[in-house]
Amino acid sequence: MNLNKILKNAFFIVIFGLIVTACATKKSVKTTTETKSTTTKAEETQKADPIEKLDALMRGDVYVGSDTVGELASGVPDRVFFATNETILTTASRETLRKQAAWLRQNSDVTVVVEGHADERGTREYNLALGERRANAAKDYLMTYGVSSDRIKVLSYGKERPVDSGSNPLSWSKNRRSVTVKAN
Amino acid sequence: MKNKLLLLFIFCLILKPGISYSLVEIDITRGNIDPLPISVSPFFEDEISKEKIKKNLDIDNLGLEISKVIENNLRKTGLFDTLDKGSFLQKPDIAHLKPRFEDWALIKSQVLITGKVTSKIINEKDFIRIEFKLWDVLGAKMVDGFSLTTVPTNWRRVGHKISDKVYERLTGESGYFDTRIIYVSEEGPKTQRVKKLAIMDQDGFNTKYLTLGNELVLTPRFNPTNQMVTYLSYFRNMPRVYLLNIETGKQEVVGDFPGMTFAPRFSPDGKKIIMSLAKDGNSEIWVRNLDTNIQEKLTDHPSIDTSPSYSPDGKYITFNSDRSGYQQIYIMRSDGSKVKRISFGKGIYGTPVWSPRGDLIAFTKLHKGKFFIGVMRTDGSGERLLTENFYQEAPSWSPNGRIIIFYRETKTDDKGLGFSAKLWSIDLTGYNERLVKTETDASDPSWSSLLGN
Repeated sequence: MNLNKILKNAFFIVIFGLIVTACATKKSVKTTTETKSTTTKAEETQKADPIEKLDALMRGDVYVGSDTVGELASGVPDRVFFATNETILTTASRETLRKQAAWLRQNSDVTVVVEGHADERGTREYNLALGERRANAAKDYLMTYGVSSDRIKVLSYGKERPVDSGSNPLSWSKNRRSVTVKAN
Repeated sequence: MKNKLLLLFIFCLILKPGISYSLVEIDITRGNIDPLPISVSPFFEDEISKEKIKKNLDIDNLGLEISKVIENNLRKTGLFDTLDKGSFLQKPDIAHLKPRFEDWALIKSQVLITGKVTSKIINEKDFIRIEFKLWDVLGAKMVDGFSLTTVPTNWRRVGHKISDKVYERLTGESGYFDTRIIYVSEEGPKTQRVKKLAIMDQDGFNTKYLTLGNELVLTPRFNPTNQMVTYLSYFRNMPRVYLLNIETGKQEVVGDFPGMTFAPRFSPDGKKIIMSLAKDGNSEIWVRNLDTNIQEKLTDHPSIDTSPSYSPDGKYITFNSDRSGYQQIYIMRSDGSKVKRISFGKGIYGTPVWSPRGDLIAFTKLHKGKFFIGVMRTDGSGERLLTENFYQEAPSWSPNGRIIIFYRETKTDDKGLGFSAKLWSIDLTGYNERLVKTETDASDPSWSSLLGN
């Protein structure tokens, strides 16, 4: 009876393990199975496989790379990225905005414009509204961390000012952004 | 067999009592119709007029040029087969007096257009007088015609007015040739596009630029009753709705709210502008009365509400909202009450624009990574997709509601190059898709009403 139960549990654990492996990204599967192989080989596979590369730069479809990212101040990134049609701030975005807020609290004479942007895969007018929504999501977070609202202006560009002119998911992920720019 | 049926149909029409000037008629509700063979004879010009017009306009043969304007307009409808002028057997002057119908029937022409251009001096100023006649070759009679006098520089418009008359006579629908298109001219790399307001005749001629490109401008729209335009300008980095008189060049802000105003469109009587106001992360639809300057909020929802467009009777507004989670099309009464979702198909829907006839709403749809321009009835039924591409949006109706103009963008290559934005038009039937030529890249087209006199 007991043995039966243990077997049953073990069975569930195996199933659970399978699900976890299946859900994990292609990259992590490879890393776990290829831990014994040499680093050079791992590097080779990474170069050869564009999907692999994409996984490193996007989480879900939010850009997590450093290309195009500038600085509001030394060590303070100027932008955060969004998922398609979304205005939710990711953990990484919140960390960036907390750094911005901390710097703005120390430099209380600085005012900023938060520019909201969308990718090219949406109608112009809707994207203007979406850009405004993204910029306000960033503004609200800065306000939560002690920056007063009269120091932050928002400006939506919709899809009018892409930073990457590509027509592919990676380019689009870099363009879905809000950028904090010094206004004075 | 098909031809015989058509002939029989024409025969019945001609014999039909009660209508004095009947003629071959085209059913433009069908897309795949055999185009009607039509001859546009060069308009006759006497030697003295020729010389004077050459001095005025530097055009050698204005009569020929006017006939080309008409020919080009008619051919582009897809409804007419304009016959080669080289095959014409009769000279323009004689044809205009009284055509030898057998000669035109011989080259299989069913309809003939002839005309005459004369230069005139009124109060010591040069004018041109243009006469035109429309002939039914099979019925062997003249069925329509007019003459008008105007300043020489207006000659292309005369060609458009004649085209409108012919189109009306042969299809039973009002024409759309004496119209203009306002659009956004685009130049430069994709990441730094320079955009200007531009206006041109419907056939791509007489392009004029209305702004210099110093600030970003978007979404110009005509007032259906006059030559006013409303658009979005980023002047001083404050995106606001502006009103521009394209004749005087005078402009003023109409959407000066705290927050961004965008997506403007006139009411059918031209006295109001509906637009979106985005503030604190929420976009709502507002209406501003241009006579009283009173503005009123029409929607009240934490979602994005934008791209509003009036029904032609002014009683309803269709708009775009993501209150269901994704962009869908809604209609409401023009006071903001009775909001109802009408799009329920697969995909997301945007940019609803009410047809000038009132029965259809044109839209942009995104489904499985492709963009479509389509139409649906005002209750959301009868969805019909007219064209599919990598990216296209912003449908605008011809004033007679038979054609939709929109813009299309190309996919860039691996290096991010090869981007272009162009205007395209397509018939409501889904046939006759055509590139609309513009001097530069172009987007956000808006079609004017028929111009007055």
